[in-house]
Amino acid sequence: MKDFEQYRHKGYIPFIGIECHVQLKTKTKLFSSVSNDARNAEPNTLVSHICFGLPGALPVLNKEAVNLAAKASYALNVEPQFFSKFDRKHYFYPDLPKGYQITQFDEPIIVGGYVQLPDGSRRIQITRAHMEEDAGKSTHPTGQEYSLVDLNRAGTPLLEIVSEADMHNSLEAKAYAKELYLIMRYAGVSDGDLYHGNMRFDVNVSVTKDPKVLGVRTETKNLNSFKSVERAVDYEIHRQIELIEKEGSVMQETRGWDDSKQKTFAQRSKEEAHDYRYFPEPDLPPVELDKKQLEQIKNSMPVMPDELRNRLSVAGITTATIETLVGELDAARLMLEVINAKTGKPAVRRVANWLSTDIQGMVSDNLLSWNDIKLTVENLLQLNDLVEGSKVNSSSAKKILNILAKEGGDALTIAKERDLIQSLTNEQLEDIIKQVILENKAAAEDVKNGEAKAIGFLVGQVMKATNGKANPGFVNGFIKKQLS
Amino acid sequence: MGVWQPINEIAKNVEAGKASAVDLVTKALKIIDEKKEYKAIIAKTEKRALKRAKEVDTKVSKGESVGRLAGVPFVAKDNFLAFGADTTAASNILKGFEAPYQATAIEKLEAEGAICVAKANLDAFAHGSSTENSDFFTTLNPADKTKVPGGSSGGSAAAVMLDMAPFALGTDTGGSIRLPASFCGAVGLKPTYGLVSRSGVIAMASSTDVIGPLTKTVEDTALVLDVMAGKDELDSTTIERDKQPYTDLEVNKKPIIGVIKEYMGDGVDGDVKKSVSKSIEQFRKKGYQVKEVGLPYTDLALACYYILCPAEISSNLARYDGQRFGFSDKNAKNLLESYEMSRTKGFGAEAKRRIMIGTYVLTSGYYDAYYKRAQIVRTKIINDFENAFSQVDFLVSPTAPVTAFKIGEKASDDPLAMYLMDSMTIAVSLAGNPAISVPIQESDDMPVGLQIVARKNRDRELLSFAKELEGTK
Repeated sequence: MKDFEQYRHKGYIPFIGIECHVQLKTKTKLFSSVSNDARNAEPNTLVSHICFGLPGALPVLNKEAVNLAAKASYALNVEPQFFSKFDRKHYFYPDLPKGYQITQFDEPIIVGGYVQLPDGSRRIQITRAHMEEDAGKSTHPTGQEYSLVDLNRAGTPLLEIVSEADMHNSLEAKAYAKELYLIMRYAGVSDGDLYHGNMRFDVNVSVTKDPKVLGVRTETKNLNSFKSVERAVDYEIHRQIELIEKEGSVMQETRGWDDSKQKTFAQRSKEEAHDYRYFPEPDLPPVELDKKQLEQIKNSMPVMPDELRNRLSVAGITTATIETLVGELDAARLMLEVINAKTGKPAVRRVANWLSTDIQGMVSDNLLSWNDIKLTVENLLQLNDLVEGSKVNSSSAKKILNILAKEGGDALTIAKERDLIQSLTNEQLEDIIKQVILENKAAAEDVKNGEAKAIGFLVGQVMKATNGKANPGFVNGFIKKQLS
Repeated sequence: MGVWQPINEIAKNVEAGKASAVDLVTKALKIIDEKKEYKAIIAKTEKRALKRAKEVDTKVSKGESVGRLAGVPFVAKDNFLAFGADTTAASNILKGFEAPYQATAIEKLEAEGAICVAKANLDAFAHGSSTENSDFFTTLNPADKTKVPGGSSGGSAAAVMLDMAPFALGTDTGGSIRLPASFCGAVGLKPTYGLVSRSGVIAMASSTDVIGPLTKTVEDTALVLDVMAGKDELDSTTIERDKQPYTDLEVNKKPIIGVIKEYMGDGVDGDVKKSVSKSIEQFRKKGYQVKEVGLPYTDLALACYYILCPAEISSNLARYDGQRFGFSDKNAKNLLESYEMSRTKGFGAEAKRRIMIGTYVLTSGYYDAYYKRAQIVRTKIINDFENAFSQVDFLVSPTAPVTAFKIGEKASDDPLAMYLMDSMTIAVSLAGNPAISVPIQESDDMPVGLQIVARKNRDRELLSFAKELEGTK
């Protein structure tokens, strides 16, 4: 039994369910052989007689979309439905050319499943997920007497994932949205390009004093960032509590999110809701999955975020670092390859540190983007070998990492070119250290008197004298030995 | 011999250089003009037809292969998307609509050298049984100009009987090929559901729409079907065709014939019953076993059809909204007005009636009472046919309860009188089985059609049996 009391806020317990539209990364649309990638296309150039809803045009199901939906099902920890079917959902709008949307109404391809929140605290249950086609895009130029319709998006395959009202605060809602996003990207189901609307969230929020009796819910539609999910949920919780306290009740309605005002606003009340007149799509036979194909999909499922978290944790990496790495797909992919190379936990930790601190730092400073990073598992492990073998010291390693990330190449060549190899023999180094101690008598005295800071100064002087090619650890140890 | 030779002979003569495609097309166009008064045709595709005919003749002169229907002119019902003329479905809402692609059926026929010469009249969007629901004009019955040709493929049936072309294409949703074939005296085939692609054919009710030929002989029908049949990647409901050609017409064993009891009742006109009984006698004489067979759910078929069919129609007609193609009322001041005015002026009364019925039965709260129950009845009707075909090889009945009626006689305020014309064809449409109407009347009377129904996917057997009947006439 869930402990609802921990969620009680100003006397009320919020219930939050999320519907997420995931754009499936197929080459072509759901029911026609036109390209699905509208990012750089002129309006209405990716349109066939099917997308245009011409007389006589019939939908033809894209099998790749079905395979991706099956993949999504496994990613949500549930077997897909062997039998599902399509239905027509009717309403009139200029960006819906046929006057109906082809969707799955009562027999969707995914029933059940769950998403485990990353901190392990909660499992959010999935009600269902169904395949459907997207509508086109309407724009209404201000001050003009016309609207514009672009049908490039019409027919884009979507998977709508509906969760139970299983979340109880905005942090859980945000965590769920983010984890679902990661799962869909890890599974290769969607490109998850939020900027281009590859994933859109609708949040259902209600509040109640008695968790056995749910309150009236509102649906805030079309949120396209995790932050807006979090804020819209928070806004609705507060708005609804205030409304109940003042007026006694909340009205069931569809709301929108105004990002500039950070507010939700009323769009459509329950009375204005459409009657969609669903009925089975007669132009498409039911979808029956092939057992063999399913077996193949199941066996080729990639590592999911939770599994990667476990593997990183086993290597002794801290939770915060893990979240940074898991949340960045390119970092996650590299980490997985490093783990798979079985070079040992120190290597995993070192690479994890480089990626989560150094590279992530550069990305945060806009010096680099994860997309363009030239790092490979080969050059990372090579760099690791150089450090482990004391061929380069850690500060040189970071210089090399920087170059590898921006330009690619191999670590050893770069180290040689930049003269970063620790080429001194221990005897040579010891001579240099002795010389530095002689030249800095005052500091040496301080070290002898137990002043820790002074050691740092001496090490710095040695590094300077060696052009940074000395191993600081060795230097430190040797100074201590000399002056003890 | 008639105006046209059998289709395979026409094509052979063209291929051999003994006949020219241009001459054949010119002849067809000439007859179309001469018989204009019958109003079978909405538009000729003259320019394109002559161009294609020339291409066929050129190919022949170069010794290239020209196909199994080389130079054979045909007429397509105007709900087939085809090049060379507008595609209107005889509805004002599609006036001026030029098809940017062609129906798969047309493409397949053209690939074998056939040439579309004209688009035939129909009840608008194929809603009707007489062509009186055409937004343009009513076609006259070639056997009696005061009577209707049946519908909705009335223009196609009339065109064939008027010798405008050796064959015409029709569509059949609840009887729209078989009924006009019966009223005009043509052979009309409704193939098994899914045997011919619906791609590029303006949808009426997707789950029962089929495409088929209208001809004067069973042999011609078989050849046209053979060219059109088969799986089409543009229509997911299409099925695999018979590997053996549909033109291999032979009856290997003496079939068992079932006479549909419910279709020979009091509602059937005396002359129709007499002709049908005579055909049944001939089967007996040939030594075929003839049985009486019942389809117990017959009473519910019409009600079931007039729920499911309008439901699909209301959905299929949603795309005619005045926004992208077809008629759009320019006086509209906003989007809602544009929808309302375009559809109000563009659709005729019958389309509106069906949109309203269909919208009603799909409304939440009524769905279970109407659509869902009708689906259950449909399953029972399918079972009726399966039971019947466990006892017999073919079912026979009149195609329609009456012969062609007078123009205006049933176009009254009561649409049910017209709906009853389909009472013998509708159940087969719901079941999806193949059926054919073959003319059986005495020479001077108004045409009467005998409907023969076969097991699913036994279209070849159906044609073989129909040919045998044709031979005994």
